[in-house]
This record gives sequence, structure tokens and C-alpha cells, in this order.
Amino acid sequence: MPLLISYSLKNVRARRLTTSLTVLGMGLVVFVFCAAWMLSHGLSETLVATGYDENAIVIRRSSQTEVQSILYRDQAAIIKTDPGVAVGSDGTAQFANEILVLITQPKRGTTGTGASSNVPVRGVSELSFGLRPNMKLVEGRMWRPGTSEIIAGRKVANGFEGCGLGEQVRFGTRDWTVVGVFESDGSGFESELWGDVEQLMDAFGRPVYSSLTFKLADTSQFAAVKARLEDDPRLEIDIDREKQYYANQSRFTSIYITAVGVTVSLLFGLGAIVGAMITMYAAVAGRTREIGTMRALGFSRSSILFVFLVESLTISMMGGALGIVVAYFLRFVEVSTTNWDTFAEIAFSFEMSPMIAVIGIIFSLMMGLVGGFLPSVRAARLKIIDALRSR
Amino acid sequence: MKLLKLLFRNSFRHPLRTVLTILGLAIAIMSFSVIRTAINAWYVGAEASSPNRLVTRNAVSLIFDMPLAYKERIANADGVTGISLAQWFGGIYVEPSNFFAQFAVEHDSYFDLYPEFLVPEDQMAAFMAERNAVLVGQKLADRFGWSVGDNVRLTGTIYPGDWDFVIRGIYTGKFETTDENTWFSRWDYLDERMRVETPGRAGRVGTYIIQIDDPSRAAEISQAVDAMFENSIAETLTETEEAFNLSFVAMGSQIVLGLQIVSAMVIGVVLLVLGNTMAMTARERVSEYAVMKSLGFQSYHLVGLIAGESMLIAIMGGALGLLISVPINGVLGVALSMMFPVVKMDALTFIMSAVISGGVGLIAAIFPTLKAVRTPIVEGLRIVD
Repeated sequence: MPLLISYSLKNVRARRLTTSLTVLGMGLVVFVFCAAWMLSHGLSETLVATGYDENAIVIRRSSQTEVQSILYRDQAAIIKTDPGVAVGSDGTAQFANEILVLITQPKRGTTGTGASSNVPVRGVSELSFGLRPNMKLVEGRMWRPGTSEIIAGRKVANGFEGCGLGEQVRFGTRDWTVVGVFESDGSGFESELWGDVEQLMDAFGRPVYSSLTFKLADTSQFAAVKARLEDDPRLEIDIDREKQYYANQSRFTSIYITAVGVTVSLLFGLGAIVGAMITMYAAVAGRTREIGTMRALGFSRSSILFVFLVESLTISMMGGALGIVVAYFLRFVEVSTTNWDTFAEIAFSFEMSPMIAVIGIIFSLMMGLVGGFLPSVRAARLKIIDALRSR
Repeated sequence: MKLLKLLFRNSFRHPLRTVLTILGLAIAIMSFSVIRTAINAWYVGAEASSPNRLVTRNAVSLIFDMPLAYKERIANADGVTGISLAQWFGGIYVEPSNFFAQFAVEHDSYFDLYPEFLVPEDQMAAFMAERNAVLVGQKLADRFGWSVGDNVRLTGTIYPGDWDFVIRGIYTGKFETTDENTWFSRWDYLDERMRVETPGRAGRVGTYIIQIDDPSRAAEISQAVDAMFENSIAETLTETEEAFNLSFVAMGSQIVLGLQIVSAMVIGVVLLVLGNTMAMTARERVSEYAVMKSLGFQSYHLVGLIAGESMLIAIMGGALGLLISVPINGVLGVALSMMFPVVKMDALTFIMSAVISGGVGLIAAIFPTLKAVRTPIVEGLRIVD
């Protein structure tokens, strides 16, 4: 057995040019395959990281997203006094009224091309920060109450004109100065502008909230809280765990990326299988006499089959490993695109996971197996006499 | 003629290998065509737009609307020959995954501005007569099996509650690029109910569509319209319909860019598959080429033979790929109809595929040709395979 395997490996090495062309081809396919998964994984990771399990978010019934949701002050008051809302040590409800709107803003580095996208602007109350403990101001300062000052998420500050520290952005008939830049462990909030909720409601002439977020008094009692509030005829609302709410926002875009990426890599995969087949048929044809000799020496048909399959699988494994390693470096590439679920721009990175690496390897092995099977069968079925007689 | 025959014979000396190579190329070219078609789908909206139409929206972003009062003022602006209005409805049909574009439009003016939507006269009359009437595109009607007279209920995401509509007409597109996946309900139906339920949200308009008769004045008229509402609570942004549609493409620009990169990688795949085959072929025929050279054939004969064979295989692969991509793109169009109203193959895709096939055929031949030309006759004859 070890003898057979070392024979296969030596053959892989002996035919360097053909082997490396095949490895490159498979690597390319696995790279595209992994890249698509990493992109969709990166998007959902970013969104999942945005919410907290112990927080709940309320939006108007069937409005799907905060942007489309409208909640009135009296609804907010009812929910705020619900026993499901956690109360802090100082007796205040851990509860934040927020407004979320989109503004269209030109992207940086695209001056003159008119490339612009929608930036979410979140009006928050003081407790919004306490509810998201990973929010930290890394540059500048907080806004002063009652002024037209806002703070920007790291990714908005880098990606959009007028959103960097000290710059001004105009919306709602006012010029807003960015006085601080915040980070939140790479979550979706970094793609938002934050300002004071009352100021923003005033500027947009919108005396309503978009969403209410509160900390659950007892996170295990979420189902009961949900049932109680959703059944309250005065409210007409939907309530979700914050984490789940944000996770749901990657549905459309993730599906699109994965569907297109997987379709494309399957097509490419077919091409790579054909490439592997060509290589393996050539390997079999070039070694017909060798095969005859091996059979004459007493190696069985199944040993021959095994030898060629191992060779094919080795090539595909190398291709797969190459693709995965190169794809891994995509982690340093940041992507910024519109999330069609929310109609707002979101920045995220390609994200590798062990699962994706395993799927990538399995995918490459499948290509090797399918591509190598028929040639191996042909090798195994050669008649000893014919094989030895070939030139 | 003789040369062609020789090329053909040479190509199929290893029939299995050549068939596989052609198959590999065909698959790659087909992927290229499919990806290109998926990219084009983003731009169809911009292509289908008319230079005679401008779109006015709230300058802050599309989620903000404008008062109905703007209509009269815009209509009276210099150069404006017609005006209509639309509001994104955003309802859910049974479940959110059944997404399609829905607009509440001003029924008596909208279709005058969009002559490319063809509606039978009696159906248009029915649409005019009833507040909750709806016109839907042929493809949308096919997707959900709707026919004229069907009652359809949508759940509002922006406008709360259940909304009952009745389909009174099915429109078809005048051009191939016309969107047949859209739902048009009546703006007055929406407004009437808003007036009763939330008066603060009545009389609001998402976009005004302006007709102008002189496209060369588009920029000037846009500026004049925007100037009218400067410093109001709802400042406007007016642009040509094409620019308006391209702004959606810009939002997904990085996805489009990614697709473009992947489509370029196809060239790599084709090159690897064909290059591999040609390298094998050349290796096997070293002694043969030496014989030819000693018979007096010149280097350019060898170049012609090898490059010709490579091109022949590449072009057969490319042609087969394009052939199978036609039905596949049809399937893609149905699969993507939720996001993209029109998905079709364009002539440029054909041309690019042909150029790539031919170009790759040439490039794949370079290395084997050099080897064949450079190997001295004696050395070539000495090699016994």
C-alpha cells in the first residue's frame, strides 16, 4: 500500500508542467468557490455581530426593517413600562428610542462619477450606548446636546465624503459636523452615522421613532414578552431578539451572493473536471507499458485503479489547498455594497471559516474523484498483453 | 484546403482528449456568457430609459418623499411638457420572498409618459374606472399565475395593514428591454386610505416623472426644478431617468466588480485547459516535427500547424459554449426575475466570447510552437517516445 501511494506521488512530480496546469485550474475554481462563501459569510457575520441576544428590538408590524417602521411616542411609553424591560441600578428602564433614516451620500474616491449610496443615520438616545457595550469612541468626542453634531462609524468615515472627522454633511436642511469616530468590533453599526434622536427627528420633521430597543429583564423569558407585546391591540408591533433581527437582514443579499457564486463555481468546476480528465487520460496513455508491467508483476486491477485515483486525488487536493490558501488572504479585502434587505450601504470583509475550508477541500476532492474515475477505470481494464505490446 | 484537412486530422488524433478539451472550453465560455448576462442585468434599467424623461426625488434619499403641491409647480416650469408621479408601495404578497416592484402611480398620466407599456384599450379603461385596480407586467402575471379579474391582497410594509387589489390589466413591453415584472396600482387609492388612517402621510409623493421634449435641455431643466425647492423642508434632486437608474447600479457596484473579476478568470480557466492539451500534443510530436523540418518544411509551416490546431479547437469550444449558453441564460433570467426585470444576452457577449476563444487559441499555441521551432532536428529525431 505505501509502495502504491509513493508511486502515485512520484508520478505527480514526474509530470510537472501538466500537473501544475491542472493544479492551477483546480485552485482557481476552489478560490472562486471559497470567495463566494466567504463573502456571504462575512456579510452575515457582520450583521450577526451587530445585535445582542439579551436585547429586543421593536418595529411596526410587518414593516420588516427599521427604515420602513414608524412607532409613536404613546406606543413607546406603553412598551417602556412593560415588566419585560430590564431596569438599571439607578431605576431607569434600559430602553432606547431610535430613529433610522437613509441619506444618499457620494462615496469617497468617486468624485465626478456620481457614485453615491445610502448611508443609515441613526438617531439614538443616551441609553443606546449602554445597550451596545462594544461601542467605543476612538477619535474626537461625543456630540454636545442640542447641537448639529454627529459621530460616524469607522467605515462610513472612511468610505463616504463629508463623513470623516471634522467634515460636514448636509441633510434635513442643516449642516452636521462629524465630531467623533466610533468603532464597534466591526459590526454593522460602523456603517452608520449616529446623532441625537431628538435633533434628528426635528431636522427631518418626523415626530416618530423607527424602532425601540431594550434590554430584556430575563433573557429566557423572551417568548413570553414577545407574545404579550405582539398580542397587545394598542401596539401592532413585531418584536425580535436584536441579534436575530440583524441576522435576518442578510437574507436577500447573502442568498444572491451564494447562489451566483456557487453556480459560477459549479460551472467552473465542470471545466476543471474536464481538465483533470484530460490530464489523467494522458497519464494513463503515457504509462500503458508500465501498467502492463505492473499487472505482469502481480498487481491487481484494483491496485491499478487505486494508483490512478490517488494520483488524481493528490492533484485535486493540491489545487484545493492552493485555492483555499489564496482565498484566505481575501480576509484583508474590505467590501462595501448595498444590502438590498435594508437598502443601505454596509461594509464588511471576506470571512473564512473552518466550515468553508472543509467544503472547499471536499469540493476539490470531488472534482478529482469524478475527473480521475473514468481514466483510472480505463487503466485498470487494460489487458496485460495489449498493454505490454504497446509501443 | 489541404491545410485545413491536416489541421482537422491532427486535432482529432486523440479524439477523446480533443472532445474533452472542446467540452472544457465550451463550459468555460458558457460560464463567461452567463456571468456577463448577469452583469448586464444590472444595466438594463438604464438602457431602457428614455432621454425625454427626468426623475425628481427628495434630495436626502429615496426613503423621503415630497408634497403633492410640487406637482403644479414643476408642471409649470419652462420646458416641461408632461408630469406624473409614483410612490413605492413595498407590499408583501403572501410572504416576503415573493418580492416584486410595486408602484402606486397617478393613473391618468403615468402611462402617457411611458408609451413602452402596452395595455389593451379595454383593460386600460377598466384600470381608469376603479380605485383598487392594478396593471401588472406579463412576466409578473406568469410568475404568480395571475389573470385579469383576480383579487390579490398585499400586506403593506410601508403603509400598514392589508390592501385588496383587483388585477384589471396585463401589460406587455414594446421593447425587449422593457420591464414586464412590475405592478402598478393607483396612487389615489393609497392616498385616500392614508387620508383616513394617518392624515400626516397623505398627499405625499415618492418620485415625480417629468417629460421634456428637448433632451438637450435636460441639465438646464433639472437645475431649474431643483432651484424652485431649495431651502425647503423637502429639497429635490432631479436627474435624467438614465442617471436615476444608474444610481441603483452604483449601489451594487462592488458586486458587479466582483462578477467582472470572476468573468475575467474564465480566460484563465480556458487557457489552462487548452494550454495543457497543446503542451501534451507538442510533447508527443517532437520527432514528427523534426521529420517535417528535415523534409524542408519551414518554421512558419510548423507555426501554422500548431497555432491552427489550437485555434481550431478553441473556436469549436467557443462556438459550442455560446450555443449552450443561450438556453442556460433563459433559465438564469427566470431565476433572477425577482431582482432583475430583464435578463438577456447581448451582442457584445457574443463578440467577446469569440475574441476570447480565438485569442486563447493563439496564446495556448505559443509555448508548444516555440518548443517545436527551437528543437534542433537531430535532437528531435533522437527522441523515441
